[in-house]
Amino acid sequence: MAVVVTSALAKARPIAGAPLRATQDPRWVRWLLTGIALVFLAFFLLLPLAAVFGEALRRGVGAYFAAVGDVDALASVKLTLIAALISVPANVLFGVAAAWCIAKYSFRGKSLLITLIDLPFAVSPVISGLIYVLVFGAQGWLGPWLIEHDMKIIFAVPGIVLATTFVTFPFVARELIPLMQAQGSEEEYAAITLGANGWQTFWRVTLPNIKWGLLYGVILCNARAMGEFGAVSVVSGHIRGETNTMPLHVEILYNEYNFVGAFAVASLLALLALVTLVLKSIVEWRHAQAHAA
Amino acid sequence: MSIHVSNIRKSFGAFTALGGIDLNVPAGKLVALLGPSGSGKTTLLRIIAGLDEPDIGSGRIAFHGEDVTRVPAGKRKVGFVFQHYALFRHMTVFENIAFGLNVRPRRDRPPASDIADRVHRLLKLVQLEGLDARFPSQLSGGQRQRVALARALAVEPKVLLLDEPFGALDAKVRKELRRWLRRFHEEIHLTTLFVTHDQEEALEIADEVVIMNQAKIEQVGTPQEVYDRPATPFVYQFLGNVNVLRASALAPAVTPGAPALMRDGQIYVRPHDIAISRHVPGAGAAGFFAEVRAIHAAGPQARLSLEHMPGRERIEVELSRSELVGLDLKLHEQVSLRLRRTHAFSDDYAI
Repeated sequence: MAVVVTSALAKARPIAGAPLRATQDPRWVRWLLTGIALVFLAFFLLLPLAAVFGEALRRGVGAYFAAVGDVDALASVKLTLIAALISVPANVLFGVAAAWCIAKYSFRGKSLLITLIDLPFAVSPVISGLIYVLVFGAQGWLGPWLIEHDMKIIFAVPGIVLATTFVTFPFVARELIPLMQAQGSEEEYAAITLGANGWQTFWRVTLPNIKWGLLYGVILCNARAMGEFGAVSVVSGHIRGETNTMPLHVEILYNEYNFVGAFAVASLLALLALVTLVLKSIVEWRHAQAHAA
Repeated sequence: MSIHVSNIRKSFGAFTALGGIDLNVPAGKLVALLGPSGSGKTTLLRIIAGLDEPDIGSGRIAFHGEDVTRVPAGKRKVGFVFQHYALFRHMTVFENIAFGLNVRPRRDRPPASDIADRVHRLLKLVQLEGLDARFPSQLSGGQRQRVALARALAVEPKVLLLDEPFGALDAKVRKELRRWLRRFHEEIHLTTLFVTHDQEEALEIADEVVIMNQAKIEQVGTPQEVYDRPATPFVYQFLGNVNVLRASALAPAVTPGAPALMRDGQIYVRPHDIAISRHVPGAGAAGFFAEVRAIHAAGPQARLSLEHMPGRERIEVELSRSELVGLDLKLHEQVSLRLRRTHAFSDDYAI
């Protein structure tokens, strides 16, 4: 976001010596606004990012890799990947299905469905976690039944996957609904009159038309799935090496004054964020190219 | 292959889009579904194609006597061309045209070389040779529409349905393309039904015109029949310019063709069916006076605006440019008018 702000300001800057037009603000206003944006960016984004890597490498590269290679740290990475690998495809499936029915059909309760899809954005992540404790926890609605059948959801991997899926639920659907609404259904109708079945219509016509939007949604969904703290924290139980995801593991290490370890794991998450941003920019660029063509 | 529609109804909530439609499209004909927007013509076309379903319990649709009311769109063997082309934007022209063949189950699918042959034959037919590698976004509107037509024809449909095929094109291209469609139809003789709101288009190229208004069919006939013998005031007004005159205002100077005029009935007369002359008619001649209010001489036909004195009714008259020159009219001059051809409808018709 900050990148967009600065580049927009850079474009608004007049060529030196060019006459000041009525639509332009005085020079000092532009410099002040640019300055505020840059200072804000430096203090709140760049400085913390530098601090993460600085702290992680404070005792040298050897200590950094030792911290990253720690058994519990690797277990948290693995758990984070598992949670993302299950929740992201689940939300892709759900998001495409929801966007499809919202964009292509009209039915009663459609606006209610759109509102419900946004629910995870509106609810505090801690509440999202608590919902699952209340439903699946030992004292929850299904708790006694689950204990009877020797199934563990809360304070175990399934709970983490559920909580992650819940909080990342809106990303894909939200991305696709406006796109599919704008594209309409005529191409699908054309495919049907030409004899294509529903499956062929989806794979050959619908999916190619939404692929960039879908990819964009997947990237955002994945970033949130790996970074989620609140909801996962409630259902995890913080069992080291078993139910700790990366964000949770960072917290534990930090509370134990193991700063190098905490920042080393945090640096992995920061790297993930940077990779996500780069991918997001590439996808946005490709999407714009595909539309311009 | 003929199309038979009997008693098809369709409503969207409280709105009636089609109120019991019966229609026959004879095999091999080019038939226009003509009507103002909201008259139900596109809904009817989509129901015939199977893209929309008629109301439960309403009538049936048959192709060549075979009931297809329950047959899904993909199995009806119709070619459908959409108003906004609906080309697959991520596929080339070649891939678009080949789509209907490529999605066939393996046992029915022609070999790739046959598909390529057919695509190239179709490209030649729609005069787009050499554009097979282009994407739809690289084509003009008229070219896109012809790709859409070729794509619909690739699956060898039994009937061709076109929804406002020239609606999104500019006036000049539209005229060229509709004449091309007429010649094209004469080559392939595929039963074709096309929707349009442009009466000129319908009258120019269709073998038969079906005029729809407010969910009903008003009249079916050849272009000449519907133009010369409109069945309802709506058809009369929709198919061209018209003067509506109160019969009482003209009496007794009435004209041939309207023997059963009621008191205060309406007389319908086309602007070009009014004869205009300068000399004062002799006793007994059918005619009446009006004052020239405006002369519009631009275009192939000249138009006069006149006012008929007793009722202060406006009358529009069309005449050829040479006639106008011959008459040498001045503004505010009194002229004599004679109605060559009129229509009268009883007051029961609401317009």
